[in-house]
Amino acid sequence: MNAPSITTAEQTQAVTRTFDLGAALKDSLRTALITLGLSIPILAYKTDQSGADLFLTPRWGLVAIICAIVFGLRMVLHAFTASRAYRQATPSAHQATEPVHAEPSAFQHVSKFAIPLFLGVALAFPLIIYLIQGGLNESRYWVDLGILILTYVMLGWGLNIVVGLAGLLDLGYVAFYAVGAYSYALLSTTFGLSFWICLPLAGILAAFWGMILGFPVLRLRGDYLAIVTLAFGEIIRLVLINWVDLTNGGAGISSIPRATFFGLPFTAGEGGFAQTFGLEFNGMHRIIFLYYLILVLALITNFVTMRLRKLPVGRAWEALREDEIACRSLGINTTNTKLTAFAIGAMFGGFAGSFFAVRQGFVSPESFNFLESAIILAIVVLGGMGSQIGVAIAAIVLVGGPEILRNLTFLQAIFGSGFDPNEYRLLLFGAGMVAMMVWRPRGLISEREPSVILKERKAISGSLVKEGHG
Amino acid sequence: MSTAGANIAMQSQVSPARQPLLSVRGVKTYYGNIIALKGVDMDVHEGEIVTLIGANGAGKSTLMMTIFGNPRAREGKITYAGQDITRTPTHEIARMSIAQSPEGRRIFPRMTVFENLQMGASLHNMAHFDQDLERVCTLFPRLKERLQQRGGTLSGGEQQMLAIARALMSRPKLLLLDEPSLGLAPLIVKQIFEIIKELNEKDGMTVFLVEQNAYHALKLAHRGYVMVTGNITMSGTGKDLLNDPQVRSAYLEGGHH
Repeated sequence: MNAPSITTAEQTQAVTRTFDLGAALKDSLRTALITLGLSIPILAYKTDQSGADLFLTPRWGLVAIICAIVFGLRMVLHAFTASRAYRQATPSAHQATEPVHAEPSAFQHVSKFAIPLFLGVALAFPLIIYLIQGGLNESRYWVDLGILILTYVMLGWGLNIVVGLAGLLDLGYVAFYAVGAYSYALLSTTFGLSFWICLPLAGILAAFWGMILGFPVLRLRGDYLAIVTLAFGEIIRLVLINWVDLTNGGAGISSIPRATFFGLPFTAGEGGFAQTFGLEFNGMHRIIFLYYLILVLALITNFVTMRLRKLPVGRAWEALREDEIACRSLGINTTNTKLTAFAIGAMFGGFAGSFFAVRQGFVSPESFNFLESAIILAIVVLGGMGSQIGVAIAAIVLVGGPEILRNLTFLQAIFGSGFDPNEYRLLLFGAGMVAMMVWRPRGLISEREPSVILKERKAISGSLVKEGHG
Repeated sequence: MSTAGANIAMQSQVSPARQPLLSVRGVKTYYGNIIALKGVDMDVHEGEIVTLIGANGAGKSTLMMTIFGNPRAREGKITYAGQDITRTPTHEIARMSIAQSPEGRRIFPRMTVFENLQMGASLHNMAHFDQDLERVCTLFPRLKERLQQRGGTLSGGEQQMLAIARALMSRPKLLLLDEPSLGLAPLIVKQIFEIIKELNEKDGMTVFLVEQNAYHALKLAHRGYVMVTGNITMSGTGKDLLNDPQVRSAYLEGGHH
């Protein structure tokens, strides 16, 4: 039995040698230097003819950008080959006659630091931006972007309950977002109720509509369910447009009361937030308050989802996603299980909706079209169905990405001043989707964290596990 | 195969006064307009292992699913422990101390073995979960090694063990098993059948076993039924059926044993 031991040694070597950062850096640097050498005669100087004279225009900035791109690509290549070598070295699950002691994957290594890091950055975000931008008013754009991203993180987490955990494909999630937004808008403008009373009401109303949607679709699965939910989303939007007496139709509802700091309005005058706390009045106080409000709402969504996963109802959702027939034969009431998934997912959509209304101060059916549903669903699917951190990353990429693209003005230095990177937004979006399909078809984070961990964490990469039905 | 075949007299083992634990009377089940069960009568008494054998498409699995209310019997009556369960929803039947290991194992592939077992313990008897876990781990030591592994990474035999273990977690009085030997190596089949026997002898569990592997099933069972195209054509003790020439020619000869 000498020969097999050699292969095992090779295998273990390959496994431990996952990603040598030092070597990769060195190699990437060498590549960048070669690029630099090559680009001196090719790129560094441009000849401009003016009359009979020839002028040399130095273009060192361009050279630096090209070298940086080459360096980055080389690093990506290293990371990619390392992860592939790791994957190949891991024993196939189908031959696993011994318990599989899979090494934690790169993502699991990352997630150990990533979660506290994300949370820390999210908490300190307004402060960081304030320090970088050097003023409250200057940081408005970034805090607004943060609010937008967090709204989508929350919506993604809410939809994740329905799609990721319970496995019910919902294409009309934006309907509950709309129900939440209009609940707050109508209750506050008609009855003058405050945000803090309307918030739970909006959640309850959205959950109620979630159940209304749930009942007729209980028997459906897969494509059929998706089509009915898609129709439901459209119905809600069309009702909002056409029920002019109640919703003011396509013109929408404006002058919705702004959020108050637990009763203290964000106004300049007497009894306002700034005056009470002895601060100089600034409109940004409200924006930062909204930022923390949505952060807290999103974290509540996350916390509730994580808790529910450990409870029988959450386990039943996941089992339902895996195998409905087995669920029923184990005594699970699939009707109730589906309805709770729809209702709880919808409730968080409703919370997010009423936040949207209080932030905008204006709601109209325009904001709740199918594209919104598609983006939220894309966030869940790209993030990896059922993975909380994956959904958060996907929301940052999908919502923050286009905004960053808007600011990539240096690209104009390469492609000419008429170049608007934002025009290529959808192209890049599509390319990103295709790349995901090829390399990570189960989403950024495809590992499913067990809801119960015995002794030690021994999670196995999702790619080793045969996919379930549905 | 003719229905005129010897209907071997039985019922000597169990006194007729005792009510059967599960009784199926004149059950007809349809898939749309197609009749799958043409009026089935069957009894399972407490403490017995009863097996149902038959060819592919005879309706064995349909009968097992009909007992569980999915699909529902259009005619006839199914009673369990004196209670009429013909119209009871599946999930409620599953809470009446009947457990089922459905055809094709149907474990939850992305959930760990531990979580699969938690699902089997269902929602209300988590109180003695640890005790039951201990018990299935002694029955299936391989599962104990793999509690943290995902169901989908187990081998076929281990998945079958998990399916049975999951069914046992609800402390059933009656265990319905649909083809536990499907696609498994003879050695594993033997192990699984030994465990079924142990469950019956030590814990007094009543077992209703649907099998293609007629030889092993009849050897194990106290009584057996033979099903042909939606009808029960023969019944008798396991031994009698094993020795019956018709059963031998149809299900055993040239078979695997």
